[in-house]
Amino acid sequence: VIVLETLYVATPVLTAQAPILAIVIPLLGACAAAMAPSARTAWMISVAASLFGAWMALAVAGEAMREGVLVYVLGGFDPPMGIALRIDAMGALMGLLIGGVGTLAAVFSGHSLVAEVHAEKHTLFQAGFLLVQAGLVGLVFTGDAFNAFVFLEVSSIGTYALVAVGEKRDRRALPAAFNYLIMGTVGATFYVIGVGFLYAATGTLNMVDMAARLATLDQSMAVQAGFAFVIAGLGVKAAMFPLHGWLPGAYAGGPSLISVLLAATATKAAIYLMVRFMFEVFPQGTAFGEAFLTWVLAPLAAAGAIVCSVQAVFARELRRMIAFSSVAQVGFIFLGVSLANADGISASLFYMVAHGLMKATMFMALGALALSIGARRLDDFAGVAREAPWTAVAFAVGAASLVGTPLTMGFLAKWGLIEAAIASGQVWIAAVIAAGSVLTVIYVGRMIEAMFFRAPSPGAPRAKEAPIGVLAPLLVLAGLSIWFGLDASLPEQLSQAGAARLFEVRP
Amino acid sequence: MSWIASHFNYVVVVVLMMAGLFIVFSSGNLIKRMIGLAMFQTSTGLFYITLSKVSGGTAAITLKADSETGRALAAPLDLAYIEQFGVDGVVYSNPLPHVLILTAIVVGVATLAVGLAIAVRIREAYGTVEADEIDALSRVTAEQAEPAP
Repeated sequence: VIVLETLYVATPVLTAQAPILAIVIPLLGACAAAMAPSARTAWMISVAASLFGAWMALAVAGEAMREGVLVYVLGGFDPPMGIALRIDAMGALMGLLIGGVGTLAAVFSGHSLVAEVHAEKHTLFQAGFLLVQAGLVGLVFTGDAFNAFVFLEVSSIGTYALVAVGEKRDRRALPAAFNYLIMGTVGATFYVIGVGFLYAATGTLNMVDMAARLATLDQSMAVQAGFAFVIAGLGVKAAMFPLHGWLPGAYAGGPSLISVLLAATATKAAIYLMVRFMFEVFPQGTAFGEAFLTWVLAPLAAAGAIVCSVQAVFARELRRMIAFSSVAQVGFIFLGVSLANADGISASLFYMVAHGLMKATMFMALGALALSIGARRLDDFAGVAREAPWTAVAFAVGAASLVGTPLTMGFLAKWGLIEAAIASGQVWIAAVIAAGSVLTVIYVGRMIEAMFFRAPSPGAPRAKEAPIGVLAPLLVLAGLSIWFGLDASLPEQLSQAGAARLFEVRP
Repeated sequence: MSWIASHFNYVVVVVLMMAGLFIVFSSGNLIKRMIGLAMFQTSTGLFYITLSKVSGGTAAITLKADSETGRALAAPLDLAYIEQFGVDGVVYSNPLPHVLILTAIVVGVATLAVGLAIAVRIREAYGTVEADEIDALSRVTAEQAEPAP
């Protein structure tokens, strides 16, 4: 809390409106960027709107920590009838992650777009980028189940288009984006069907109100079907194994900027919403819920963590490797969720932030290298550390955090997860995490070996150190992984407070 | 048989939903897949509307039962039903799901537009909209990127 308050200074008026401003300003920025006269203006609008969004997310986080939960009523209709934004520590943490990574990605986009996207599309690209951010922030801030769907689709439709723009570098981005659109829309529609069932059973869309009514209802088939549809739908968006088919193509094909944003925030926001439904909306401790966690979520998460790690080991394109690794890490996060206690959820939330930061670092480093070498294969990156040492070091920090090297945030995250698993008596989960980490060492080792210890292949394009506009956000991201590895109080406080709220006794 | 009659709308919803999903996953033609997706999304619209419809119910505009329109609307209803559920003798359908589906339709149209736009770009880049031909061409790209060791 102290950290938050020293970081954040603003007038009370602004603070009172912060939740909605965090969504609306990027949204308006998107309109402004679409109409901007030049790519440079659009870029400046994008940076300013993202920065403002991050600042407001900081205000929201401070308030949410102070008050426990922050409710912002929209349109003058009180909840549960009207729609309200409802932010607790968990939502605030996600808001900070999205705002922070969004801002750094926006700064990075200045140079990265020039290399990877057709010039005439820059203004529209920035507009889409801001739309995605607005949608994601709305998704984690809203307290209304249907509103969440709308924000989910605002962000998703934006990402489909932005992934497709990656065609300049690699035409496979187009089928990847199409595939992502099909899977994502089926997932979102499943979510709508699920919300329909829950609405039919409870007559409300407000999540808190829905939770209160579900607690008094018998577990009818309609409620269970609704829950299953919601979880399956969000599972697609969260790239839960085996619903992750869209992810490797989208991450590998899209422009670097979009991989940064998607890997750090999009799947995390969907996981966040799933956690919200599993533990807050749906009553805890029902036979159905327990069976789901034990027999569906945990085995699938474990399978994903192992299978996708193995796929990452055998992938030959570097970005595809990192993408498979992302699915595996989502498995780790779900393993923590499946423990179904405050420790497990808290560890998972912390892991989400750690993973968001490390993957953003790695994709951004690859984006920085893509400015000089348009490489895809791992072999093309041989020896880049000699030509672009700063970029390579930032990549290595992200990779070290991914492996879980001490002094990085990834270490604390893995440690927390294993500790929570053992404390809950689920030693097998700890074992799966350990096994997954060994596989991580193998594929990360291959990346580091190629970049640092191999001589550049003769005749290959030479890498150049990226300009300062790219290096600055990259080093900040890498620095954050280390900073939070040394002093994790900010994400730790928020994730613990968020997880604790889910399990406190409700009237 | 009577069960089907009383749940006719839900039967249609399920049939539409499954048909849509089947087209999405069985068809190799990208345009047909978009059509399937649109069907699938539309079925949820019908689902929500069916949930909200109250038989004999009218649009949720407050009417006095003794006004002329109010009487006209209330007339076809069963009197016992009015006694049990009616507000001022007029029964309303639930307006909320209608509004929700209006939103969902907009989302669906946006998705369809983006999907078709991507299909157009795929056609420009690959010269085909058949999924297996695109896969084959993509594999060629992949092999150019990473020749077999």
